[in-house]
Amino acid sequence: MSGLLIIALTTLVFIIIYQIAKASEYATVLRGEEKVKRQVNRLMAWLLLAFFILGVWGVIQCHYALLDKMLPVSASEHGIQYDKMFTVTLVITGIVFFVTQAMLFWFAFRYQSTDKRTSFYFPHNNKLEIIWTTVPAIAMAVLVAVGLRNWGKMTSEAPADAAVVEVVGKQFNWIIRYPGPDGVLGKRDFRNINDANNVLGLDWNDKAGKDDIIVENGEIHLVVNKPVKFVIGSRDVIHDVGLPHFRMKMDAVPGIVTTMWFTPLYTTKEMKEITGNPNFVYEISCDQMCGNGHYAMRGTIIVETEEEYNKWLRSQKSYYANMHPDANAPAASDTTESNNQPLAHNNDN
Amino acid sequence: MSHQEVLVGAQTAHGHHADAGHHEHEHHKQHFITKYIFSQDHKMIAKQFLVTGIIWAVIGALMSVFFRLQLGFPEDTFPIMETFLGEWAKGGKLSPEFYYALVTMHGTILVFFVLTAGLTGTFANLLIPLQIGARDMASPFMNMLSYWFFFVASVIMFISLFVQTGPASGGWTTYPPLSALKEASLGSGIGMDLWLIAMALFVISSLLGGLNYISTILNMRTKGMSMTRMPLTMWALLFTAILGVLAFPVLLSGFVLLIFDRNFGTSFYLSEIFIAGKALPNIGGSAILYQHLFWFLGHPEVYIIMLPGMGIASEILSNHSRKPIFGYLAMIISMVGITVLAFLVWAHHMFVTGMSPFLGSIFVLLTLLIAVPSAVKVFNWLTTIWRGNIRFTVPMMYALGFVSLFISGGLTGIYLGNSALDIHLHDTYFVIAHFHIVMGVSAFFGMFAGIYHWFPKMFGRKMNDTLGYIHFFITLIGAYLIFWPMHYEGVAGMPRRYYDYTAWESFRQFQDLNAFISIVVVVVFFAQFLFIINFFVSMFYGRKLKDPNPWGATTLEWTTPIDVGHGNWEGEIPEVHRWAYDYKDDGNGNDFIPQTTPLKPGEEAH
Repeated sequence: MSGLLIIALTTLVFIIIYQIAKASEYATVLRGEEKVKRQVNRLMAWLLLAFFILGVWGVIQCHYALLDKMLPVSASEHGIQYDKMFTVTLVITGIVFFVTQAMLFWFAFRYQSTDKRTSFYFPHNNKLEIIWTTVPAIAMAVLVAVGLRNWGKMTSEAPADAAVVEVVGKQFNWIIRYPGPDGVLGKRDFRNINDANNVLGLDWNDKAGKDDIIVENGEIHLVVNKPVKFVIGSRDVIHDVGLPHFRMKMDAVPGIVTTMWFTPLYTTKEMKEITGNPNFVYEISCDQMCGNGHYAMRGTIIVETEEEYNKWLRSQKSYYANMHPDANAPAASDTTESNNQPLAHNNDN
Repeated sequence: MSHQEVLVGAQTAHGHHADAGHHEHEHHKQHFITKYIFSQDHKMIAKQFLVTGIIWAVIGALMSVFFRLQLGFPEDTFPIMETFLGEWAKGGKLSPEFYYALVTMHGTILVFFVLTAGLTGTFANLLIPLQIGARDMASPFMNMLSYWFFFVASVIMFISLFVQTGPASGGWTTYPPLSALKEASLGSGIGMDLWLIAMALFVISSLLGGLNYISTILNMRTKGMSMTRMPLTMWALLFTAILGVLAFPVLLSGFVLLIFDRNFGTSFYLSEIFIAGKALPNIGGSAILYQHLFWFLGHPEVYIIMLPGMGIASEILSNHSRKPIFGYLAMIISMVGITVLAFLVWAHHMFVTGMSPFLGSIFVLLTLLIAVPSAVKVFNWLTTIWRGNIRFTVPMMYALGFVSLFISGGLTGIYLGNSALDIHLHDTYFVIAHFHIVMGVSAFFGMFAGIYHWFPKMFGRKMNDTLGYIHFFITLIGAYLIFWPMHYEGVAGMPRRYYDYTAWESFRQFQDLNAFISIVVVVVFFAQFLFIINFFVSMFYGRKLKDPNPWGATTLEWTTPIDVGHGNWEGEIPEVHRWAYDYKDDGNGNDFIPQTTPLKPGEEAH
């Protein structure tokens, strides 16, 4: 009933608007078309100018209203470069934006039709064309140069001392694998995957895999100020490891291994202070449409000091040991032996 | 063959009986079906494309209202949604499955069915023969087929909305493996097959149309209409058609391979996949291959959508400023630049796929290069209105809005085209804001400008101005209110295509903003009915046109009679003597000289 009422009301509103509009058409004829045309033209010129002025005011309001909702300082070294480059681009495009929009609306207002005005026959001017071809070209060249320098740095090889963490996407969560004491990720094959006891399809004939640690809840532990390289893969469809706080992003593509590296600059605890948000957490968002649970494919990163990290690592058992509690001696002893050593080993060699 | 007959028929008929009485009579003789349904008259086909496009636009926009309600008010329920969507919105709460189906279909419908077929189909068909001085297209029959392939594609796409597993839901780009594997998502079932069939038919429609547009423009220009005397709309539509003809076949090949992967066990896009509890046998394919094939069309597609709007805006800005377009030649050269570069920038959609960084660098360079011809166009438009004598008619308002939006949306492309900035902004709301402003709203503004400008040509009547002005301001303000704040969400890393953000510590602070945007969306959606009512009512009850050239335009389409029949001109096709932009004193108190007026002695040709 209420639905019908709303439909009836909406229709009524549209009919009224239409009738008023139609009436204005007849009124125009009565009052003299030329005269009304002139009035409307003046009104529209003013309205466009008002739109521009209100628009600029709105842009500024919007900026200050949303500023405190933006990302905090960049939490990675890449990100600092990123933010600088963003600012440079913002300044250049911002100037162009305000100048061209101002010209558009000012010209429209200034050269509105009047009885006295005749337009200026001005079909072309090569000098002007050359100016506004070369100036944008130079501006673009600057932006390309800055961009490619940063792009080169971001996509360069990870430093040799970088920690290695494998991040594997599946519908709809992230599986994290650490290489374990030997610092080497063991071989895996999608044909070995078994959700009960081998989520990544590790090849148990490869000794390097037996000490690998797997975390299935998508939580990554990282050491602050230590470069880390993500080895990224996917079990099923394309996902994307999105790290807004580190200003990084990389697709997880089945059948292809992708990588990215960065250096976290602030621990989660420090970030809580910086943002003033006690619930702050580094989040991994899936940034490539991957199915119905896409919006809930959330991972987290805990950046901590080396001691905290080692303490956490010591509490972890290898995936093999977890899945084979009664397994044969060699693997177990491997794990025990390594557990006695300082556990940042994989980063030290 | 029919083409010849029609032309000869029309010529002889009008040659022998030029009186109006006979003309009327001839109209009556045409059967309803050949006149309105299986019509081969380019003007009727244009109207068919336009009306189909409007219907699709309403459906596509309604979808956006539904998913914006979910995004703006994730905790609330809307019983109205259950009325429309049934099982998919039980209790008025949109299900995630259908949310993804809606965003997918919204994109597909708006990009292909409205802004490609609806826009180019309308204006290429309407304007090409009229503005170059031809009686019809090179092949009116192929032209008719082009519409009917589009119609069948539309029917299949529409049916796919009602299948049990829902329509395609992997995003309008339908990346495999998600779109290739039925296990990966509900929408990858029969809905995806229908999507692919509909799109294949759509590509055929687009190719039939495109080949026709190119051959008509190249071969059928009237006497005196050299290429450099054509209005810029013709140039824009020519380049649009060239882009479509060269790019759509690649998309079709991508779709064919996807159909094979889905149904015949091939592995073009599939490799090393474990899904639904089992490992698939496919090895050696590349999911990235599809993205290359898709974006090889996908990027030119952006310019297929933009170029007609640019052409229309150039024509309207010049006409309603009573001033020649500035830098006619520079406009053509910049369109050549855009057309060539459009084919060389596709991989900027793929910077974060793990593609070689070196390859990425090359695409950065080529992508930012395309900003140069775009800038040239903007400055030429600004100089066109500078020192003009501007009449703020409804089409002029839309053309000015087009330029404003094109600047706003174009500048953010500089961020996304630079891989080092894209690495954070990729697939966030920044992208949504960018492309909705630059190719969504801006192309719509080009389309509205064109419809308001050429409506008198199409129907011999005028649309209501008051409604037009209200529609313009609500839409312009609304578009900025919706999409401007989205840039901020994107810079904060908020990913697109999320059903709900409430679980995310990093993104949930935007909840109020999302609610605000959704409210504006609802208002702007309903405001579009002002246009639709205006359009359909004016078709039958609008003020009749008295002057065959209501805007004081120089171009050929306004030399035809108001009630123009098939064949366009009653007698001979007029001869052209000058370029399309002679907006200057003709010596008799007019501020324009039609293209058909011979040069005065001593007058220099442009």
